[in-house]
Amino acid sequence: MGKIQLTRVRKSFGEVAVIPGLDLTIENGEFVVFVGPSGCGKSTLLRLIAGLEDTTSGVIDIDGQDATNLPPAKRGLAMVFQSYALYPHMTVRKNIAFPLKMAGMAQAEQDRRVERAAKVLNLTDYLDRRPGQLSGGQRQRVAIGRAIVREPAAFLFDEPLSNLDAALRVGMRQEISELHQSLQTTMIYVTHDQVEAMTMADKIVVLNAGRIEQVGAPLELYNAPRNIFVAGFIGSPRMNLIEGAEAARHGAHTIGIRPEHISVGDGPWEGVVGLAEHLGSDSFLKVAVDGIGTLTVRAPGEVSARHGDRIRLAWAGKLHRFDAEGLAL
Amino acid sequence: MARAVSRRHKVVVTLAAWSVALIIFFPVLWMILTSFKTETSAVASPPQLFTADWTLENYAEVWARSDYPRFFGNSVVISVGSTLLGLAIAIPAAWAMAFVPGKRTKDLLMWMLSTKMMPAVAVMIPVYLIFLRTGLIDTRIGLVIALMLMNLPIIIWMLYTYFKEIPAEILEAARMDGAGLWGEIVHVLTPMALPGIASTMLLNIILAWNEAFWTIVLTTTNAAPLSAFIASFSAPQGLFYAKLSAASAMAILPILILGWFSQKQLVRGLTFGAVK
Repeated sequence: MGKIQLTRVRKSFGEVAVIPGLDLTIENGEFVVFVGPSGCGKSTLLRLIAGLEDTTSGVIDIDGQDATNLPPAKRGLAMVFQSYALYPHMTVRKNIAFPLKMAGMAQAEQDRRVERAAKVLNLTDYLDRRPGQLSGGQRQRVAIGRAIVREPAAFLFDEPLSNLDAALRVGMRQEISELHQSLQTTMIYVTHDQVEAMTMADKIVVLNAGRIEQVGAPLELYNAPRNIFVAGFIGSPRMNLIEGAEAARHGAHTIGIRPEHISVGDGPWEGVVGLAEHLGSDSFLKVAVDGIGTLTVRAPGEVSARHGDRIRLAWAGKLHRFDAEGLAL
Repeated sequence: MARAVSRRHKVVVTLAAWSVALIIFFPVLWMILTSFKTETSAVASPPQLFTADWTLENYAEVWARSDYPRFFGNSVVISVGSTLLGLAIAIPAAWAMAFVPGKRTKDLLMWMLSTKMMPAVAVMIPVYLIFLRTGLIDTRIGLVIALMLMNLPIIIWMLYTYFKEIPAEILEAARMDGAGLWGEIVHVLTPMALPGIASTMLLNIILAWNEAFWTIVLTTTNAAPLSAFIASFSAPQGLFYAKLSAASAMAILPILILGWFSQKQLVRGLTFGAVK
């Protein structure tokens, strides 16, 4: 079981309210991603759930039990840190066994669980090495191993892949997703990388300045962002936001069009290509459109427009409309 | 910009370093040489660095006339005891200051250090009277307590500096893994800070071993360590330089040997965290 419920949870550091008060329910077995820009309070929220920070007010329930004032170890949660936070003086085996040792588990059972976790994470050959002798990816696996042996009610991941290089990140992302599939345990994952959020999550929580902007499945956020912030944050490259006469023509204060929903060739808009990035599969163009401003366009790879070319554009997909407060119409 | 260091520059710097080291070491060298002279050549005028009549007489006489093993034993008990007791108090204190600092932590650290700036003689009478009334005068436990308190600010400061280098996330990981405060300190913090703790321990053993003011003030016979042993050779029979030097050499030899073997650890510990 691993249902986590936050009710009017607030966190202030002195005068500064980092989390002004939020409610959130995480169902058992869900993979929930907290996403948002730096300083939005996502890591603080995770640390509140972990018990590493005290809540200023509000209630945190874990499996129906009030855990607000429980110390971290009594919450039945396991955490994987950004810096891995391995114990450098212990071997991999001792690192993974540490939570079991602290729980006073019999040595035979400790060994059995460590061997099993090592097998799942391909660490069997490294059990007698120290963290300093491992690569970044292997260290991250050890940190995950240390978390899974406890068989926790939920896993908490605090930007676990941000110290890895791009190729390794993709691999580890898949491994964590597969781990979730096989364990079916609740996972809460903090990241500022919206690609990680989109690819891994059952449910994304978009945070901004300590407030929840929107909660939903990845495609729900992509297709129906509740406000300009979510519209701009989810999707890569960012959604084009257009104000002024063009927006007014659609009965909105601001309209949003995703770069992949603009076609090159024929259409009502005309502009000059500023930057053209040809990736093979896609071509990303920055086009200065007359009377509208610069639009980002994601065109098929075969579009060969270059810097200085004059091209015509049309929107070919969903158009998002927002009012003056930035809320979706 | 990288600067090429010329060979000439290296030679000059090395010579300068050796000269400074020799100037600092000269009194110790003089003392050791004097300890092998006769009393007459020890006070010869003009002074002679070397003499023709080397002798081991002084050592034999100092050994025969005093109970060296007892003084030595007291020095070991007092310096090691005060250091271990100091570490037992300082590790949790430095942990608290490094990882759960309050608004006044910095002030507290400065205040502790400021007590070291006060001349010891300023509190001699009250400390002496307290020791007298509580029966701690001339006891090993009394000196262990006194020297521990004397060096506690330095121990806490050094450990605080080492602990600050340990990432807080590792201790948080230990907390998540079910370690209580004790488990966190014993299983994670202490082993990780071991090089720092070791150099703090060595430095404090040396400081306690060399402490003369309080050991002379607070002891007479039973708990007197080697620093009091040296002093005992300076007073009653007038100044016998050769014997005094032999006694001093015998007193500093153990700590010199300890310092020699642990110098690598000491330097590593003292420069710990200086370069990331």
